[in-house]
Amino acid sequence: MQRRTFVKGLAATSLLALSTSTIEAKSTHKSISNTDTLRGKEFFLTIDYTSVNLTGEEAVATTVNGQISGPTLIWQEGDTITLHVTNRLEKSSSIHWHGIILPTDMDGVPGISFDGIAPNTTFTYTFTVRQHGTYWYHSHSGFQEQTGLYGAIVILPKKKEPFSYDKDYVIQLSDWSDEKPTSIYKKLKQMSDYYNFSQRTVGDFIDEIKKKGLGKAFEDRSMWNRMRMSDRDISDITAYTYTYLMNGQNPATQFKALFKKGQKIRLRLVNSAAMTFFDVRIPGLKMTVVAADGNHVKPVTVDEIRLGVAETYDVIVQPKENKAYAIFAQNMGHTGYAMGSLTPSTTLLASPPKLDPIPKLSMVDMGMDMGRMKKKKGKSMKCSSTMNMSNKKAMKKYKFQAMEDQKYPITKLPMATGPQSTMKAVSPKYRLDDPGVGLRNNGRKVLTYADLKNRYSTRHDKKPDREIILHLTGNMERYMWSINGIKYTDSQPLQFHYGERLRITFINDTMMNHPMHLHGLWSDLETGDDNHLVRKHTVIVQPGSKISYRVTVDVKGAWAYHCHLLYHMGGMFRKVVVA
Amino acid sequence: MKLKNTLLSILAIIALGQTAYAGGGDDPLLTMLKLDQFEIRNASENLQVWEGSFWIGHDINKLYVYSTGEATKNGLESSQNELVYSRAIAPFWDAQAGLSYDKNANTSRTWAEVAIAGLAPYYFETRAALLFNNEGNIGLRLDAEYDALLTQKLILTPSFEADFYTKDDPQMQIGSGLANVEAGLRLRYEIVREVAPYVGVVWEKTFGNTADYNPVNETNFVAGVKFWF
Repeated sequence: MQRRTFVKGLAATSLLALSTSTIEAKSTHKSISNTDTLRGKEFFLTIDYTSVNLTGEEAVATTVNGQISGPTLIWQEGDTITLHVTNRLEKSSSIHWHGIILPTDMDGVPGISFDGIAPNTTFTYTFTVRQHGTYWYHSHSGFQEQTGLYGAIVILPKKKEPFSYDKDYVIQLSDWSDEKPTSIYKKLKQMSDYYNFSQRTVGDFIDEIKKKGLGKAFEDRSMWNRMRMSDRDISDITAYTYTYLMNGQNPATQFKALFKKGQKIRLRLVNSAAMTFFDVRIPGLKMTVVAADGNHVKPVTVDEIRLGVAETYDVIVQPKENKAYAIFAQNMGHTGYAMGSLTPSTTLLASPPKLDPIPKLSMVDMGMDMGRMKKKKGKSMKCSSTMNMSNKKAMKKYKFQAMEDQKYPITKLPMATGPQSTMKAVSPKYRLDDPGVGLRNNGRKVLTYADLKNRYSTRHDKKPDREIILHLTGNMERYMWSINGIKYTDSQPLQFHYGERLRITFINDTMMNHPMHLHGLWSDLETGDDNHLVRKHTVIVQPGSKISYRVTVDVKGAWAYHCHLLYHMGGMFRKVVVA
Repeated sequence: MKLKNTLLSILAIIALGQTAYAGGGDDPLLTMLKLDQFEIRNASENLQVWEGSFWIGHDINKLYVYSTGEATKNGLESSQNELVYSRAIAPFWDAQAGLSYDKNANTSRTWAEVAIAGLAPYYFETRAALLFNNEGNIGLRLDAEYDALLTQKLILTPSFEADFYTKDDPQMQIGSGLANVEAGLRLRYEIVREVAPYVGVVWEKTFGNTADYNPVNETNFVAGVKFWF
């Protein structure tokens, strides 16, 4: 480890942060920061081991230019940029430019776009930037992303953007563990609920008996227990091992974004976590969403946004008071959070709000048809989630999706049954207006995909030529993940035809949210309005649900297509070949 | 000889499995050693009892060693040791085949064995093994246990075991029919996931001819530690 260098730059840490927050972050140490901002057309990036202390314990990170997060890269739309990436690790490495449209050999996926960057060599990426907005980059080798190898990309637009703001901050969220990722993965394979300390107890069952009576309580549990599914299985890895970071700062040291009263602040929210979905809010402030995954959307004002792993959202906030606001990002399982302060002064820090109650999955998340179950039982079977399904607008949306479902010829793909898959979503539904487990009916306006509309018309986009259906499958008990019951190493590449417009429908046959990322090609998400398809690179597929998007297949080559949860990725992965 | 050949063929199957997965980082070769019971029972001779398993392998193909037995301060009383190839055949179930070697103070028996192990509906961890030896005896051994979480770390585990045989085997002190039953209730506290001290109570009884060879009907308190890595 002689090459180990210390993360440069120490943030002035106010002890106030510790006294006002009652968090699990054990750190009383000063922490790292000073993520550089690099601009221009030519960039020199070095991947190396770096000693860090993010939890109170020393650990070794893999970083870009010795920083967590790695340097923020500022590009200009239209520029041809060159990035020299030198690998100083003992292992092969890589950088993938997430969401960037580029030639296949510049995409940075070892084994698909290139051979990876061997130790002590430099690989030079070069491509022309044909988009603008907020993106990020990360290693696509092994578990390096978990140990710090990521940073943000901001691409300045050619044309003036259709909104204004006074200040601009990247808010990059991530999860850190002092445990080695290979050890985390081993534990999940040995005991998949290793990190879950929010499980059902006998006490919960007794409470339910008191509330509903023995028969009803038993009936409600029986389906879950017969299927050997847990309604507390929200995320595989929790705050038990994770410390959550915002721009490399833990909740004790806090990232600080400065403002002056009345200013409009643009926050570029990026989820660079390995395994963590974040529910982001700023208590006391509304957030106006102006872009999703880099692309402009019709502005929509919300209280809270769920960021799936690898998603980005740009929001504008306007603090009206001279006080510190908490930028609060709790994990989806509500066991921990990342936090920073939006503050008029670096010495004034916000206190974190309370974590929300531990969420529970519902029958809907199992892909059950609640309407049909009601009929079959002859009496009302109450659903623990009370989604507003009777909402007329929502019904109209589902009708649109359902109509689309029948329209295009479907190319059948191989499917396998067996140990790889424990569940089948019997009646998967489009749930675009479902904020998702843990966010339903929480009293806040939570962004859903149904709220997202492309800022620009997609009326003239080509209609799909054909459709493929991909089932997201897995076995939580054995911790195996796959697509169509076939894991990556046993699969054939998906064949996309150059020039076609393809409709892709996901059906999630698991109890987990999977953020699905297609490299190299945009995913034009159907959110209810054919004329305003939302352009994304990563799409959350909710448990037991169905979701569709369209892809214009306009770049030849081989692309990765996978679940962006790092420990799911090995199996829930496909190679796409465009020819 | 037979044992050696079986071992070799099992290793070959495991190795085959590995080459099939080469290139995929999702399925590394892993191991797990687990002692579910490692305890002292307050029986007359201060009985020491263990029950555990070890596996090495991949997601689908594994090699398992199961071992359970009893010892007193005078030495080993009896043990059952199994070596099986285990293959995931259904989402929650493994099919297993291999050998079992039973030993007591006087003699030993080697059995050929097939078994099914997995998680039954309602979260019952179960295993059923069918054994055949060259004296024509057929055995059936059933195990089940359930984890009831009192809190996230305090866990109550009822367990149940029953053994059946088709023939009498006086040397091994087993008789035909239902031979013995053991029911346990253990309360453990997981200091960390891997280490959990426990206390409990175990009831054992022998039946039929087994009871004639070795009459047992007793309830004992136990204390021990469950651990794995």
